[in-house]
Amino acid sequence: MLTNEFVEDRITSSRLLMHRLHIDLPLLLGLLMLAGVGLFVLYSASGQDDSMIIRQLIRLALAFVILIAVAQISPATLSFWSPWIYSIGLLLLIAVLVLGDIGKGAQRWLDIGIFRFQPSEIMKLAVPMMIARFLADTHLPPNRKRLLLGAILIALPALMVAKQPDLGTALLIASAGGFVLFLAGLSWRFIILSLVAIAASAPFVWNLLREYQQQRILTLLNPQNDPLGTGYHIIQSTIAIGSGGLYGKGWLNGTQSHLDFLPERNTDFIFAVFSEEFGFFGIMLLLLIYIFIISRCLVIAVQSQDTYSRLLAGSLALTFFVYLFVNIGMVSGLLPVVGVPLPLVSYGGTSIVTLMAAFGILMSIQTHRKLLAG
Amino acid sequence: MKEKVHNPTSAFRIGVVITVLVGSALVLIGRAFDLQVLRKDFLQDQGDARALRVEPVMAHRGMITDRQGEPLAISTPVDSVWIQPQTFMTAQSQWSPLAKELGLNMADMRRLVAQKQDKEFVFLKRQISPMLGQKVMALKIPGVSLLREYRRYYPMGEVAAHVVGFTNVDDQGQEGLELAYENWLHGTPGKQRVIKDRLGRVIQHVELLQKPQPGKNLTLSIDRRLQYLAYRELKKAVFKNKAKSGSVVILDVHTGEVLAMVNQPSYNPNTRKGLKASSFRNRAVTDVLEPGSTMKPFTVAAGLESGRYTADSMINTSPGFLKVGRNLVRDAHNYGLIDITTLLQKSSNVGASKMALSLPENTLLHMQEAFGFGEITGSGFPGEASGIVNTSPHWRPIEQATMSFGYGLSVTPLQLARAYCVLANGGYLKPISFVRQQHPVVGQRIIKTKTATAIRTMLESVVSHDGTAFKASVEGYRVAGKTGTVKKLVNGQYSDDRYQALFAGMAPAVNPRFVMVVIINEPRGKAFYGGLVAAPVFSRVMSGALRLFDIAPDVTTPDRWQMAVAEAHL
Repeated sequence: MLTNEFVEDRITSSRLLMHRLHIDLPLLLGLLMLAGVGLFVLYSASGQDDSMIIRQLIRLALAFVILIAVAQISPATLSFWSPWIYSIGLLLLIAVLVLGDIGKGAQRWLDIGIFRFQPSEIMKLAVPMMIARFLADTHLPPNRKRLLLGAILIALPALMVAKQPDLGTALLIASAGGFVLFLAGLSWRFIILSLVAIAASAPFVWNLLREYQQQRILTLLNPQNDPLGTGYHIIQSTIAIGSGGLYGKGWLNGTQSHLDFLPERNTDFIFAVFSEEFGFFGIMLLLLIYIFIISRCLVIAVQSQDTYSRLLAGSLALTFFVYLFVNIGMVSGLLPVVGVPLPLVSYGGTSIVTLMAAFGILMSIQTHRKLLAG
Repeated sequence: MKEKVHNPTSAFRIGVVITVLVGSALVLIGRAFDLQVLRKDFLQDQGDARALRVEPVMAHRGMITDRQGEPLAISTPVDSVWIQPQTFMTAQSQWSPLAKELGLNMADMRRLVAQKQDKEFVFLKRQISPMLGQKVMALKIPGVSLLREYRRYYPMGEVAAHVVGFTNVDDQGQEGLELAYENWLHGTPGKQRVIKDRLGRVIQHVELLQKPQPGKNLTLSIDRRLQYLAYRELKKAVFKNKAKSGSVVILDVHTGEVLAMVNQPSYNPNTRKGLKASSFRNRAVTDVLEPGSTMKPFTVAAGLESGRYTADSMINTSPGFLKVGRNLVRDAHNYGLIDITTLLQKSSNVGASKMALSLPENTLLHMQEAFGFGEITGSGFPGEASGIVNTSPHWRPIEQATMSFGYGLSVTPLQLARAYCVLANGGYLKPISFVRQQHPVVGQRIIKTKTATAIRTMLESVVSHDGTAFKASVEGYRVAGKTGTVKKLVNGQYSDDRYQALFAGMAPAVNPRFVMVVIINEPRGKAFYGGLVAAPVFSRVMSGALRLFDIAPDVTTPDRWQMAVAEAHL
C-alpha cells in the first residue's frame, strides 16, 4: 500500500505542476496531435514544399507560446478586460472599413507598419468574452432588455465583418456570441421565434447578399450548373474526397490534389487532400481527434467554477465545432463555400493564433480553479 | 469573497447541445460515407476523366543515307510550344517573359490568342530546341505545353538539296526523294496514356497503348563524296562563266544508279525562308533542253544499225553547207570528204544531216524513242519531265536534218545521261534509280554491242587534241564523249547570244563505268562552247570519280597517250 500511495502522490504532484504552469495536459496533447497531422497533410498538399512546412512550424510554435501565455491570465482578469478588448476590436473594425487593405477582393486587413493583421480575428474571441461578461454580471436567465443589448453587441461586429465581406468569420463571430446567449439560458420560445424570423427573412437576406455569395449557394444546389466557374471548387473537392475510397490513396499519392485540379488545397480545401490520401478511415481518425478536443473543452466548461468562465468556455468549445463543421461541410459540398479554414490543419496565419489563444483561455479557466483536494 | 456559481445551463440544454454535436458529426460521417463508399467509383472515374489523357507518341522519320551509309537526312528531336488559349488568357502577366524567350512579338502573340480563343490547341512556336523548351516550361505559365516533334536535318545542305528534297513542318515530304518515298520514310505515331495536371502538363506516363512505328531508312544510290565533288566543280564553273544555271548528272553505266546529281542554283534545305521556288527545282530531272550536237552519236548509231554505213564509211561535207529545201545547214568549216569518226570529232552538221536524210523516214524517230527520249526514265523522281520527241509519221526533210544534230526535240539531262549509258554498256537501256541497287539490273537491248563499241571509239577522238573537247580528258584514262553548244530558243527564234554548253561523256572508254552529263546554261563569259565551258567540269569531276571508285587506269603513261595522238596524226 505504501508503493500505491507513493505512486498516487507522484501523479498528484505532476498534476499540480501542470496546474501551476496553467497547462491542461489532455487538451495540449490533443492539439499537438492535430497540429502534427496537419503538418503531414500540408507537406503533401503543398507538393512537398519544405519552406512552407517550416513557415507553418514557426507559426504553430508562436501560437503555442501565445496559448501558454494566455493560459497564465486568470479568468477574472480576462473578465475585467473583456469590455476593453471588445471596444478596441470594434474600433479596429471601423478602421478597416474606412481605410483597410484589399486582400483577395475583400477588405479585411489593417496594415500597421510591421505586419498586416485582421481585426475580425480579435472579435472571434472578444465577442464571446464581452457577452459572457455582460451576462455573468446579472441574474440568469437574462431578462429581455439584457438579451436585446446582448444581441446588439453581437450583431454590430458581425455585420461589420460581413460587410467586408467575410461571411465565414461573421458567421463564427455571431455563433460564438449566440452560444453564450444560449448557454446563459435563452428561452426556447425565443430561440424558436428567432429561427422562424431567420427563415422568414431569408428572401430579404438573399437580396442583401452579393452576387457571388448568391451564386455560391445556388452552386451548392447544383454544382454542374457552372462546372468551370463557381461549381468548380465543389466538383473538384467532392471528386478528390470520393476517389479516396475507404482506405485512401496513401500519403503523397492523391492525384486530384497534386495535379492542381483542387483549388486552395493548402488552405480552406486541405480536408479534400486529406480525404483523398487517407480515405474514410482517415476521416474517422481525424474526427476522433477533433471530438476528443471538443469533449475536453466541454468538460472544462462543465467543471468551471464561475458563470463567466462557464459561458465563455462553452461558447469557445462550440465555436470550435462550428469551425470544423462549416469547413468540412463546405469542402464536401454540404454547405456553401465560405472562407473557413480547417482548424489547426489549414495553412495560414491569424486563424491559428486566434484558435490557440482560445485554447489558452480554456486552459486558464481549467487551471485557475480552486482545487478542492490537494 | 467567493462568487456564487450560477448554473444557468440546465441538464436538458446540455443534452440538446450534445445531441446536436453528435448529430452534426454523424452528418459529416454520413457525407464522407456517401462520397467515399457509395459514390467512390463514379467519382474516381470523374477524377480519371480529368487527369488521364491519350496522347500521340511521335515516331521519327526514316533516315536517308548515301550508298555508303552516310546520313543525308536525319530527324532530330525538337519541341513545339502550343497553348490552350482560354487558360493562357488567364496568365497575361506572364506573357512578356514567354515572348522574350521565344523571340515573339507581344502584339503578334496577342492577336494570335485573340483570333484563336475558341480553339483548344494552337501552336505558338514550332520546332525549338529541347533546351529552350525546358526554359519555356520552367516559366510555368498556365495553358502552355510542349509537343515532342522531329525536325529534319540535312547534313549535306545545298549539296544534296535537290535530290533529297525536304519535309514540311509537319514532317511530310514536300520535294525530292523525301516526297517520292514518303510512305516508306514516314513513321506511324503511337499512343500513350498519360496523367496531365490542370495546366495540361504531363505529370506521369501511365502506359504505352500502341508503340510508335518509326519510318524505314532509305539508302540512296548517291555517293556523298562524288556528289560533293560534282557540286563544287559545277558551282565553280557556273560562277566563273557567269552562267544562269547548271546541272551535272553522273550515272553508273551498269546499274542505272544515279551516283551524283547536282544543280545550280541550289538552296539550303535547313533554312528555307525567303527562297525562290525556282531554286527548289531539280533541273537535271525537271527541265528540258534541246540536246544539240550531243545527239549526233545517236544519229550515227541509227546509221550504223541501218547497215548503210560502217565505221569506215565516208561522207562528203563540201562545201561546208547543205541546202535543205529553203533552209541552210552549216558547218563551222568546210571539212570536205570525212569518215564518221571525223564527223563526230569535228561535229559536222552537214555530215549528220546527210546521213539522216539518206536513211528511211522514221529511222531517226525510232532510234530516239528506243534510247528513251520522250518518256520518263522510271526513276520515280517527283516532277520528272518526259521531254518531247516529234512523233508525227512524216518528217519534213529539214526536220530530218535538224533532228540529226539535236534540234527539234527536247530532253532532260537525266535522259541524255541514260542514253549515253547505252553506248557505254554495250547497247542496253536500263531503268534509272536513285536507290542503291542490290542486284544486277537487266536492261533492254537497243543496239548491237558492235555499234556501241564503234561509237565509243569514235567518241574518244572527240576528247583528243583535234577534237572539240580536249579539255574533257582525264590523265591516265581514256575518255569518250561529245560536246554540244546549243542556241537557246527565245520567243520562237534561235538566239545568237544565249547558249547552253553541254558535254556528255564516259570513262574509262574501253570499259566505261561512269557516264556524266554536264550542262552550263547561258554562260556569259568569253567562252560559251561546250568544249570550253562544260568539258573542264567533266574532266575534274570524272578524274575524282575514277579515283574515288578505284578504277584502274587504262592508259599507262601520259607519254604513251601523247604518242598515240601523234601516230593518229600521221
